[in-house]
Amino acid sequence: MKVALFVTCLVDQLCPNVGMATVEVLERAGCDVTFDERQTCCGQPAFNTGYRKEARKFAERFIEIFETSDAEAIVIPSGSCTSMVKHFHEVFEGDAEWRERADRIAAKTHELSSFLVNVLDVDEVGAISNGKATWHDACHGLRDLGVHDEPRRLLNKVDGLEFVEMENADVCCGFGGTFSVKFPEISAGILDNKIEMIEKSGADTVVACDASCLMQIAGRLSRISSRVQVKHIAEILASQE
Amino acid sequence: MSTTHATSETFDRNARAALADPVLHGALRNLADSFVVRRRNAIASAGDWEDLRERARSIKDETLLHLDEYLERFTENAEKAGSTIHWARDGKEACEIVLGLVRAQNANMVVKAKSMAGEEIHLNEALEAAGIEPVETDLGEWIIQLAGETPSHIVVPAIHKTKQQIADLFVEKVGIEKTDNVDVLTQTARRILRQRFAEAQVGISGVNFGVAETGTILILENEGNIRLTTSLTKTHIAVMGIEKVIPKFADLDVFLKLLPRSGTGQRLTAYQSLITGVKNNADDIGPDELHIVMLDNGRSRMLAHPLTRQSLACIRCGACLNACPVYQQIGGHAYGSVYPGPIGAVITPQLFGLSKAKQLPYASSLCGACREVCPVKIDIPALLLHLRSEIAEGSTRESQPTRKLGESIAFRMYSRIWSRSGTYALSIRAARLAQRFVARNGKIGKVSGMLALLVPPLGAWTERRDAPVVAPKSFREMWREKKK
Ligand code: SF4
Repeated sequence: MKVALFVTCLVDQLCPNVGMATVEVLERAGCDVTFDERQTCCGQPAFNTGYRKEARKFAERFIEIFETSDAEAIVIPSGSCTSMVKHFHEVFEGDAEWRERADRIAAKTHELSSFLVNVLDVDEVGAISNGKATWHDACHGLRDLGVHDEPRRLLNKVDGLEFVEMENADVCCGFGGTFSVKFPEISAGILDNKIEMIEKSGADTVVACDASCLMQIAGRLSRISSRVQVKHIAEILASQE
Repeated sequence: MSTTHATSETFDRNARAALADPVLHGALRNLADSFVVRRRNAIASAGDWEDLRERARSIKDETLLHLDEYLERFTENAEKAGSTIHWARDGKEACEIVLGLVRAQNANMVVKAKSMAGEEIHLNEALEAAGIEPVETDLGEWIIQLAGETPSHIVVPAIHKTKQQIADLFVEKVGIEKTDNVDVLTQTARRILRQRFAEAQVGISGVNFGVAETGTILILENEGNIRLTTSLTKTHIAVMGIEKVIPKFADLDVFLKLLPRSGTGQRLTAYQSLITGVKNNADDIGPDELHIVMLDNGRSRMLAHPLTRQSLACIRCGACLNACPVYQQIGGHAYGSVYPGPIGAVITPQLFGLSKAKQLPYASSLCGACREVCPVKIDIPALLLHLRSEIAEGSTRESQPTRKLGESIAFRMYSRIWSRSGTYALSIRAARLAQRFVARNGKIGKVSGMLALLVPPLGAWTERRDAPVVAPKSFREMWREKKK
């Protein structure tokens, strides 16, 4: 299947390896991956802070770029950015034509783990790894997109990897974009609870489908010199060792 | 530290103070541990939970869409049963009506049942100013009143207090011997309150549901004090938000299944007082007069917009507060409103003005836990986003946007620079250069000094966690190499 990748700005700049791993996994699952270099950001920071006019610019740009692609699906290694694409509709209030274009694009946009399991019907991508991993349900993936079982199925099929559930896997990590900037102390308090659960699970790696949550969680783990590592699900699925 | 009388305007400061209070933290731990778990267990016994939520929401939607008709029907039937209906446009009017009714009874004291509407209109202050002593009879409310505080939760008003604090309060205010026996504390409260009930001529309560079909009001509780407030007194005054009306008696079935389970994790509250008018015979129980004060206070404004209208579907169960990671961190007082937590962040700005509470819609990570637990399926994150856009861009409610200038400039620049790939790539190269000054070992540790002042979010963000750095090679560069 021909797939257009929206890599997200965070992955592009902060953890490009996650992008490469995403390409690797999709190719292994039989996809022909394309990447349009005109892409930048989905505009979520503006939308979530209330700046809909600014968010609209990003939405228009996103739609124009991906309309030129003949790919059947747009895949994003982030639940949060995928959910933003599903929200594009709202920045075009009162503009029927743009709304229709937004809806058409949104309909073929998928978060990575959900795309593999629900669209390609693949839960085994030949990954080999080791150690003990636990899963953090990023809020938008879980509650906006309903992604819950998909990553767990994929992780359970990774050869050599032990999967453990942590308590409160579905509770927020406290990032929330603008929220963590406006109220860093509350955000850090919520994060502390998450870290406690991660450590309590006994896992050596915490996995999620969002670079933003991973950045928040990794930031604290690194500060307290924890032995727990942070990995994007694409990195685990691409792993061959 | 007391954030009791904090205002919404200083939310950030209130929250910081709350976070620094270890006793509060201890008290709030119980919230997640007990209520969240109890709710989860209770909903398992309710049959098809999703179906119940759907039905409840559609009843609320239908009612709110034709609220004027249902209010008319409610009024007509309540009056037929002997109740007297009063209309209050705002809190001040509502207080005046209540004061007039109390004065007509020559009462200098009233017993009160827990009521959020009463809190909303600051009824206790109004009564006190008029020389009438309000006596709260719900145990939690009574504790709060003794302490001179305001509730920090819409269902469990004293949730922020530990057992020890309550015991100390009793020693100080009631003069009992020091004890940590909860039974002794409850017995003490009961003994004192029973005496006040015997003296009272007038009882004031809120309303959970008002049934249009019969003019009945329903009040839920666990302690029996509402039953006494509304039946032992000669005059019962009920303050009811206009959104509390539901069409039919049979609709109560759905809400009675949802509300106690969502709020306290009970299958049903210990008492349900269904009150239809006044007593017909001298030996019936119940008051001689029942006055229902219908309170608008900003509610009809919310009706106008199809999105904000759903804010009025709230049945004040408190589940969204219990489930909210932010509320769990800071408790209710930090919100500076009688309505804290996620639903408070939605209705406080709508009831009392966006400019007075413009931090509240941002006091959420938009995680959606509130939407997930809400028994009437209010899309709280969508409402928060809507209010944020009103703050950033202005609205019909307040024509001038109330955003911060620096922020709006930042977002304008972000959209100009980042929506095009050329300028986007340039900005990343600039960031790579800039981070040399702060990054060590591939991360940004605690930023302090001049730089923290220049880039305030970075200073605060890195106080407790490290920040990542821009990678030496971006994905697009790696992709280009791969394709070569
Ligand atoms: S918004 Fe929903 S969950 Fe929150 S108090 Fe109201 S009814 Fe309960």
